[in-house]
Amino acid sequence: MKRDVRLIFERGAPGRRTAALPNSGVPGCEPPPARMLRRRPPALPEVAEVELVRHYTALARRSHGVDDGFYPLGSCTMKYSPRRNERAAEMFSGLHPLQDERTAQGALEALWRLERSLCALTGMDAFTLQPAAGAHGELLGLMLMRAWHAHNGETGRNVVIVPDSAHGTNPASAAMAGYRVREIKSGDDGRVDLGALRQAAGDDVAGMMLTNPNTLGLFETDILGIADVVHGAGGLMYCDGANLNAVMGIARPGDMGFDIVHVNVHKTLSAPHGGGGPGAGPVGVKRFLEPYLPVPAVREAGGVFSLDYGRERSVGRVKAFYGNFAVLVKALAYILTLGADGLKEASEHAVLNANYVLNGLKDVYRPAAEGPCMHECVLSADPLAPFGVRALDVAKALIDEGVHPPTIYFPLIVKEALMIEPTETETKETLDAFIEAMRGIAKQARDDPESLRSAPHTAPVGRLDETGAARKPVLRAQPPEEEG
Amino acid sequence: MGGYVPAARREIQEMLGAVGLSDVNELFAEIPEEIRLQGPLGLPAGMTEAEMLAEMRRMAGNTRQDCAVFLGAGAYRRFVPACVPDLANQGAFLTAYTPYQPEMSQGLLQAMFEYQTMICELTGMDAANASVYDGATAAAEAMLMARAATGRSTILVSRAVNPQTAVVLEAYADAAGMRVVPVSMYGGRTHLKKLFEAAGEDVCAVLLQQPNFFGCLEEVHEAGRIAHAAGALLVVSAGPVSLGMLAAPGALGADIAVGDAQELGSDLNFGGPGAGYMAAKQEYLRRLPGRIVGQTKDGDGRRGFVLTLQAREQHIRREKASSNICSNEAHTALTAAVYLAAMGPEGLYEAAKLSHDRAHYLHGRILEIGGFMDLWPTPFFNEFAVRAPVNPGLMNERLLKKGIIGGYDLGRVDEKYENAVLFCVTEANDRAQIDALVRELEAMAK
Repeated sequence: MKRDVRLIFERGAPGRRTAALPNSGVPGCEPPPARMLRRRPPALPEVAEVELVRHYTALARRSHGVDDGFYPLGSCTMKYSPRRNERAAEMFSGLHPLQDERTAQGALEALWRLERSLCALTGMDAFTLQPAAGAHGELLGLMLMRAWHAHNGETGRNVVIVPDSAHGTNPASAAMAGYRVREIKSGDDGRVDLGALRQAAGDDVAGMMLTNPNTLGLFETDILGIADVVHGAGGLMYCDGANLNAVMGIARPGDMGFDIVHVNVHKTLSAPHGGGGPGAGPVGVKRFLEPYLPVPAVREAGGVFSLDYGRERSVGRVKAFYGNFAVLVKALAYILTLGADGLKEASEHAVLNANYVLNGLKDVYRPAAEGPCMHECVLSADPLAPFGVRALDVAKALIDEGVHPPTIYFPLIVKEALMIEPTETETKETLDAFIEAMRGIAKQARDDPESLRSAPHTAPVGRLDETGAARKPVLRAQPPEEEG
Repeated sequence: MGGYVPAARREIQEMLGAVGLSDVNELFAEIPEEIRLQGPLGLPAGMTEAEMLAEMRRMAGNTRQDCAVFLGAGAYRRFVPACVPDLANQGAFLTAYTPYQPEMSQGLLQAMFEYQTMICELTGMDAANASVYDGATAAAEAMLMARAATGRSTILVSRAVNPQTAVVLEAYADAAGMRVVPVSMYGGRTHLKKLFEAAGEDVCAVLLQQPNFFGCLEEVHEAGRIAHAAGALLVVSAGPVSLGMLAAPGALGADIAVGDAQELGSDLNFGGPGAGYMAAKQEYLRRLPGRIVGQTKDGDGRRGFVLTLQAREQHIRREKASSNICSNEAHTALTAAVYLAAMGPEGLYEAAKLSHDRAHYLHGRILEIGGFMDLWPTPFFNEFAVRAPVNPGLMNERLLKKGIIGGYDLGRVDEKYENAVLFCVTEANDRAQIDALVRELEAMAK
């Protein structure tokens, strides 16, 4: 039923409240100087506890998470986030980051074990857990690249090579790290074109950022050749680890010629996405880059753990404290639970599920590339164009089926792209239902395209005016009337 | 052992058959043999839920979390109403991602819109984003905004700003070809005369923290005058709970307000996740990084919410984006919104006032003990620095034996603060805790 949920500011009444605090129990004291005090209290909600609970329960009902249903959002690895990992993270919730190391041994041990595990998983020699997200890891990785070249006196290297199929964060991170971006066109097969790469790889190149498998869901089969070209030009290889869920226990970035990699803990290692975050983006490097990693490093000696601030060539810090600790504990819980075999099994099934979906849809939507895919498949809604139906309409129609739509219009090099990543944690029934829904939509495009163009029909709101939202931004609830 | 793959053996064969394969290994046939992992990953075998939780419990048992905490310095233990984590941790919030499909995510989008509104109210700003990673990276992003807005590339950073924030700023500035120039302190806060002297025409922004790292209250308004006279922006990093009582940065001349939302309803979690809040005056709103939720309408005129101003963002603008941020700290931000709604204006004021008053009580009691001295005679909020008659490391070790986590050893910041300790008091420290701390300090000073 289409019904507005009032804003929290439209609920409650003046003087109503949820939380009450005790008396201070200490003698009163002089307040701060008046010029430093608020003149008017902030117009925060004034609601009773029951109103608060109903409000956020109503909002949750109008949201969709993996807990609610299928969420094949490509590139985001929306796998099930195990409840037990939440329990594990809660065990450390009361720990202050600056308390004496001797009283935080277990937490340091958890960090250290996760670093070791990530080294094993990726084939790298050292990790930092500090970055809070994948893009944050990219930025750090490029800082490491810059520091390495600077140390070698190679200050003229100011270009980073990025394929045209790359995630938007890659070029954005490069720019933020002070690099110019040299984009190379993908080959006809959707993979890196070695010829184009050779052309691009001059002595001004600091490195290359690459996702493997790439965003078309294809493994870069000539990855060693790619790495040779970049290394030959004096550059470093950065692996955007967003697609690691395809190859756990099968192949490791560290064995593919990559020098730096980030891991998206909230994707591959099952930490919940939180409605957009927090994630974690640990960065792993080959031994020669370890001296540049942020401080502090976690050390272990004879079963005692410590924080080491003594890395002389360190790029410093990219975040306060030691990273998103609670998220990292969830990743460790996941790795401990699955173990070597379970992680491999997860990747195998992620790839199997994606191919199953691809196979079920490839005769009605056009695959972006030939042959089997890795953990995600990219299809084009192009075949529906003659009926005036676009990828956006397919996505909105899926909402009526209770399925979160796939990523659309990405990668940019595929027209009307639908990027589908089912993950390994979905049942065959779910995949079958999705295939059926997608085929039904394709059929409906012929029979009744208008109903698709006006979808969704069962959501709390109809299609929203995004252009108007950007033209005249309303970014907050109306402020209260100023008094006199 | 404890995997989350639901497929039964028979189904696997069916699915393999459907895609024309007979063995799972064939799925990876394209990966060249020379880069295939030979043998299993170098990781232990999997564990059952009970085994994993027991292992975690063993590690957690090797930490102290049962103490009275007088340590702040950027991470704060506060009282959190029980309903706050309960409501924020509902599965639909916790297991969603960025709401790219607004019709399916109206609840989450509305919650973010309400969060943005609350941050604007606290900071006195016109627009807020849906969070960045933490307070330190929020300051770094503000620095990049200021460069874009002014075309200048030097930022003046008070030495009274959290030193970790300063290190993060250095790293970001170094990568971006910017310059961080520290401004020295006088009497526990930013030296305004030095700030005035440093504010040349290459300066894009001045960064202050309120209350500052040492707990002292800055003359924000004066700093703003100096920044603006030089054509620079004023960026203020403000403790959000203090804003229940203290003037909003926007009312004191700040152009951008940043800070960490950890203390708004989140646990300490050994330092993460927090959330960087960011809010700006109208003229800078299109330079804000990251996700921003806006209000709009559907075809029938019904109110709805969408991610907006996306032309700033990396997935549209790539190397020309205002930032590379994609994942943010939405769940911590949502938690902050639920917390602020639970506290309300009165509750937040009370939390701020209790922290302030109890900190002043502790401060007074400590100064009565022989050998303890004030570092600076400057008004403070809920953290304060004192010179101790004993080594802070030894002092904290003795306090720990009594179940107390003492203040932050400022000698870790700079050797000129040798034997100085930064104490923090919040509403989570009651009078009995404070009196117990004082008794122990008295015993040590004898």
